Amino acid sequence: MPLIKIENLHKKFGNLEVLKGINFDINKGSVVCLIGSSGSGKSTMLRCINQLETFDSGDILFNDKSIVDKNANINKYRSKVGMVFQSFNLFNNMTVLKNCTLAQVKVLNRSNEEAKEKALFFLKKVGLLNFANANASTLSGGQKQRVAIARALCMDPEVLLFDEPTSSLDPEMVQEVLSVMKSLANDGLTMIVVTHEMGFAQEVANHVVFMDKGIIVEEGHPDELFNNPKNSRTKEFLNHM
Amino acid sequence: MELITNAFEIFTKYYPSFILGAKFTLIIAFSGTIIGLFIGLFIGGIRAIKVESTDSFVARLFKKFIYILTEIYIAVFRGTPMMVQAMFIYYALKPVFNWEPIVAGIFIVSINTGAYMSEIIRSGIQSVDKGQSEAARSLGMSSMQTMMLVVLPQAIKNSFPSIGNEFIVNIKDSSVLNVIAVTELYFQTSSIAGSIFKFEETFFVSALIYLVLTYTTSIILRFIEKRMNNTKTSYPSSQTIDYVVNLETETL
Repeated sequence: MPLIKIENLHKKFGNLEVLKGINFDINKGSVVCLIGSSGSGKSTMLRCINQLETFDSGDILFNDKSIVDKNANINKYRSKVGMVFQSFNLFNNMTVLKNCTLAQVKVLNRSNEEAKEKALFFLKKVGLLNFANANASTLSGGQKQRVAIARALCMDPEVLLFDEPTSSLDPEMVQEVLSVMKSLANDGLTMIVVTHEMGFAQEVANHVVFMDKGIIVEEGHPDELFNNPKNSRTKEFLNHM
Repeated sequence: MELITNAFEIFTKYYPSFILGAKFTLIIAFSGTIIGLFIGLFIGGIRAIKVESTDSFVARLFKKFIYILTEIYIAVFRGTPMMVQAMFIYYALKPVFNWEPIVAGIFIVSINTGAYMSEIIRSGIQSVDKGQSEAARSLGMSSMQTMMLVVLPQAIKNSFPSIGNEFIVNIKDSSVLNVIAVTELYFQTSSIAGSIFKFEETFFVSALIYLVLTYTTSIILRFIEKRMNNTKTSYPSSQTIDYVVNLETETL
């Protein structure tokens, strides 16, 4: 049974159809990279998975249960599906530590001590333990993104969604973020990554999905998809890389 | 020159009345601004709630209804003079509450300020990056938690200059409450002026007192604003040491 099952997903923004029937399974422990040109619907699909964007028709099943069922608790579901954004979105008015503990206390009802312990554990994992008491707005981009990853990890998510996590970083910072993501993949965390980092996709992913104009054009193991693409659109896209 | 010496004489003779008036003016302006801020937080918060496509028909209708109510409130209190509001509300509710002018005065300034504050807070909320609430929601926080813990604190910080400005406006505009015989500064001034029949000098004193009140307030507000924007430079010690070392190597 896949962890997340996407069935015939459709989404329109006004008259613009962004997703034209997506079918796609994500298994537990897999690292899936979504690639494709801008406007192909990758981010929209990712945002549909944790319901930051509603969809028009189709369904998303999480552990075999529909996430849009009227009995489903959307907040509880979201706490299990972490999200890392392109623009970090750290809470600007809080310290790094508070960023990591707030939702633990308010959503998972953890005690302050428990939340703090967890936060410090993951801040250490992303190499920012020293910055626990720094104000979030004073960090560099790469540091912010690593805190954002730690913040998401603090919720003990079953899957982590990355929406172009390195697109607004300079090359050095990209590496520090990617190396954190690599180590998470090695730990067996389920990850769905929208990315333009083909090197990362090739090295870390065990499944790559190429999207174009709202449909999945081709998917498969990275070795096969990158070295021997079958679809002409995929070939064209990879040639520009 | 004569104006100033005369004004000085009037002030030394009648200063207890002036001080009393200034005291009431400050009390009305301060409490009116604070209560108005809370009204604004409440109404502005409501107005920032969006109708979502996932809402049921009843929820949609309810949200729309509440929105229209807030719209009417803001339109009425921003669209009519506070002097007219004061007269109408004071006399209309007098049989019900049998209230003192000062209480009525604070009430009127509060709901009037509330209407302006609602718009200030709403635009403050809109100025907070959408990513902030998306991040909070993605962590499983409810829309209420997101608003109270993440968005509103930043919205208040962003709109602090406008909130402070309302306070200064209230110091001046509370003068219209003389029509319901609130003994604030303008009321006191005109009584003094009437009794000694020296309007020019007495109102000159009054103007100076208003100026002192508003200018002092603006300085205090600016100070608070500076303190608020002064992000704690809480870099870790390692970072600071690196910085110092670099400076030393440069001078060598």
